[in-house]
Amino acid sequence: MSLGTFLIMRHELLLIAAALLVLMAEIFTDTHKKSGISLFSVILFGVITITGFLPSPTGELFGGMYISSGTRLLMKNILNIGALLVFVQSVTWLRKDENSGKVSEYFILLISTLIGMNFMISAGHFLMFYIGIELATIPIAALAAFDRYRNKSAEAGIKLILSSALSSGILLYGLSMIYGTTGTFYFNQIATHFSNSNLQILGFIFFFAGMAFKISIVPFHLWTADVYEGSPVNITSYLSVISKGAAIFIFILMLFTVFPVIMATWQKTIYVTAVLTMTIGNLFAIRQNNLKRFLAFSSISQAGYILLGFIGGNQLGMAAVIYYILVYIFSNLGAFGVVTAISNATGKENIDDYNGLYHTNPKLSLIMTLALFSLAGIPPVAGFFGKFFLFTAAAQKGFYLLVLIAVLNTIISLYYYLLVVRAMFINKGESPIEKFISDFPTRFALGICVAGIVATGFASVIFEVIRNLSFGI
Amino acid sequence: MDILTLFVLIPVLTITAILFLKDTRQVRLVSAFGMGLQLLTAGILVFLYLSARHAGNTDEMLFVKDYLWFKSLNIHYAIGVDGISVAMIGLTSLVVFAGIFASWEVEFLRKEFFISLILLATGVFGFFISIDLFTMFLFYELAVIPMYLLIGIWGSGPKEYSAMKLTLMLMGGSALLLVGILGIYFNSAPSGGYPTFNILEISKVMIPMPAQRIFFPLTFVGFGVLGALFPFHTWSPDGHASAPTAVSMLHAGVLMKLGGYGAFRVAIFLMPEAAQELSWIFIILTSISVVYGAFGAVAQKDLKYINAYSSVSHCGLVLFAVLMMNKTAMNGAILQMISHGLMTALFFALIGMLYGRTHTRMINQMGGLMKVIPFLSVAYVIAGLASLGLPGLSGFVAEMTIFVGAFQHHETFYRIVTIVAVSSIVITAVYILRVIGILLLGPTTNEHYEHLTDAKWFEKISVVTLVGSVAAIGLAPFWLSTMIGTSLQPVIDRIFALNPF
Repeated sequence: MSLGTFLIMRHELLLIAAALLVLMAEIFTDTHKKSGISLFSVILFGVITITGFLPSPTGELFGGMYISSGTRLLMKNILNIGALLVFVQSVTWLRKDENSGKVSEYFILLISTLIGMNFMISAGHFLMFYIGIELATIPIAALAAFDRYRNKSAEAGIKLILSSALSSGILLYGLSMIYGTTGTFYFNQIATHFSNSNLQILGFIFFFAGMAFKISIVPFHLWTADVYEGSPVNITSYLSVISKGAAIFIFILMLFTVFPVIMATWQKTIYVTAVLTMTIGNLFAIRQNNLKRFLAFSSISQAGYILLGFIGGNQLGMAAVIYYILVYIFSNLGAFGVVTAISNATGKENIDDYNGLYHTNPKLSLIMTLALFSLAGIPPVAGFFGKFFLFTAAAQKGFYLLVLIAVLNTIISLYYYLLVVRAMFINKGESPIEKFISDFPTRFALGICVAGIVATGFASVIFEVIRNLSFGI
Repeated sequence: MDILTLFVLIPVLTITAILFLKDTRQVRLVSAFGMGLQLLTAGILVFLYLSARHAGNTDEMLFVKDYLWFKSLNIHYAIGVDGISVAMIGLTSLVVFAGIFASWEVEFLRKEFFISLILLATGVFGFFISIDLFTMFLFYELAVIPMYLLIGIWGSGPKEYSAMKLTLMLMGGSALLLVGILGIYFNSAPSGGYPTFNILEISKVMIPMPAQRIFFPLTFVGFGVLGALFPFHTWSPDGHASAPTAVSMLHAGVLMKLGGYGAFRVAIFLMPEAAQELSWIFIILTSISVVYGAFGAVAQKDLKYINAYSSVSHCGLVLFAVLMMNKTAMNGAILQMISHGLMTALFFALIGMLYGRTHTRMINQMGGLMKVIPFLSVAYVIAGLASLGLPGLSGFVAEMTIFVGAFQHHETFYRIVTIVAVSSIVITAVYILRVIGILLLGPTTNEHYEHLTDAKWFEKISVVTLVGSVAAIGLAPFWLSTMIGTSLQPVIDRIFALNPF
């Protein structure tokens, strides 16, 4: 391994080093000082996030198994930002007594999933891809069951591990067919050997189903709501933003680079699943009262909108998807940040509990409103720009009917987002949540989310940078 | 700094100033100051515009500024005004100014109320100065969303239901609009080149006919929802009835005009061929709006509902006139927007003030108010007379122009719909005169009403501003209609170039 190799794999290697450092920190700290590990991990990870933006060489390693390119680096950096926000948001929660012994586990597990995601995004070979996707999923199941004494948490963990095992099985079955017909696992060779034979398309459909599980696209979404509800809030937000974002990133990369030959086929698949995902996600979200379930269904429908960036198979779509994930990270983590803060302070997680919140906690309500408006795509916040570009990408290839269905769906979504806004601003709470002041990490994370929600849209330079980078897939 | 950006900047600065105020009593002073400044700027804009035209500047749009925003999609922050947008900006500043004074006594969450109200105004101003479809759409949605909170928090009656209905229906309209705008964008360079969102550039090319047939109805209905096009008007009565006074004023007075203006500026100006082909469908729908709205107003007993249905009728007339696609009728349409904007704002302001005194909006519970509160009552009569089109007030000028324009078409179809639409004048007279008779004249039915106090100073400012403008347009309509007429010329040229009829 030369120095160049190290530099190309910098993201992964740094994360591995970070995981090991946190492990060592665990060994060398006293039992009653364990919460200091969270500060250490957050700072460490903050440094890694910033280092990620330094210019980095690109290229292929291990005979093409590992690929690094501008787009992939960008995707990793975006995931790092999101993960950093989740880390900061968890600090308060990790200070609780029942978690104080598990701080380092939490960070090590999260960092290992991130390592998996990075390898997955950089994959140039199905083996690497598969190892990455498993590494990104299995530690999450342990984290979902993090609240050992809560039955729901354990249930979430087991549901996640079972459904992801099933989806991996389906995925592998599809991969075996693709291997059988093309004789290779290298992405670039598959792309040239792929034709429209039925067996290959069958293999692709299995692969698609496996990925749909990870992104929770309808009809493969059924695990989502239960797992999101049962997991600790921070894990839910990590699942809904980072895990989903990583899976979307690798999925769009593979559709564009490995399967361009059968684009006409996957366009049809995406069309149908996008319509189903948006509509069913939205319709189910209307009936939810638990905010975590509510945001789970909302995130399902968000995945449906994101599929609109896939469908054109165009560069604008690629840019719009990456941009939207960035916007979605800020918006969803903003919403989850408020849920976390309130859940930490009072343990309340239902929409009814938020009645009259504006009168007691105006700032939190405003942040929540801003985040929800961004998710709904209301100007002038970033979500509007993100959705607009996704729709533009689909319209560029003439999918106007799909765009119409999508915008009508945003109206449905606006309805249920407004229900939360109504609870906070209009409804009179019988016993409203009392005024409380959140601690520094929570406020810091929320501040970054708000800045992101407001600035990402107006600052056109962010979109232009992303668009220029999405040339070099 | 260009003068047009000031129209967005001043409200934004006002909002920022309000945010930092500690004392809630100062909020309304700051708002009034900010919107007064806005009104002044609007006056300067009218003056600058007229003098530029007088000096022989014949550009289609004046004060054009263009800043590249999203390079890869060719999205610009592009602004510019012609006579029509100048007139609309003037109208908006008048109504917002009057609206601030009409909501002087809002107590509950005062800061938030004025912020939302001014945010709404920001959207409206931004919409009228934009000549880039993307920016226009952004401001359009920005204007709609504060309505939810304004009605939901400070409204009355079934406010949550009305607020939700209004927001969702208007956003539904903007959903259609978004598809329409994207369609226009991707068809704006039929002969190769880069697609654009700029209205002036798109107006120089002809969008292919198959695309127009799809995107004209989407765009027109999208704006039509806001312009209370039948059958998408149902948000309007509920929304207006539940909204607080200033919001009803702004909404009926200005926001509904966004629909008419957009239908004219985007749908018809950019896709005149399809407009001509398909206009008969929408002419029928708007005729229904006009007559149905008027009949609806006759049947109502709640003052706000009466006025809301009357707005459906009058705004229907705007869209009706726009679809006639000749200069006279379109001129009338713009005049009608301004006239209706002023007088309906006046109506809603007065209704709010009456309600604040009598605590009812049911006409059959009131009576003989003329003797008790003469100032408000006389203002009400003036608004009523303007609404039914009495010569000397703004309504007459507008409606007369529209019907003359509509009658210029020779086909039987146009004749029939025009006659149907004209009949609304009679119905309008019925409900206006009936309300005035029951409400203001006759003996005072309720003894509690004998001790009501007449308008306070801030109410007088609000009312005088609006009454003065209504009368000014009625007495001297020509400078306004000339200003609009010269700006209409490019649209008319574009229509006639295709198909001189």
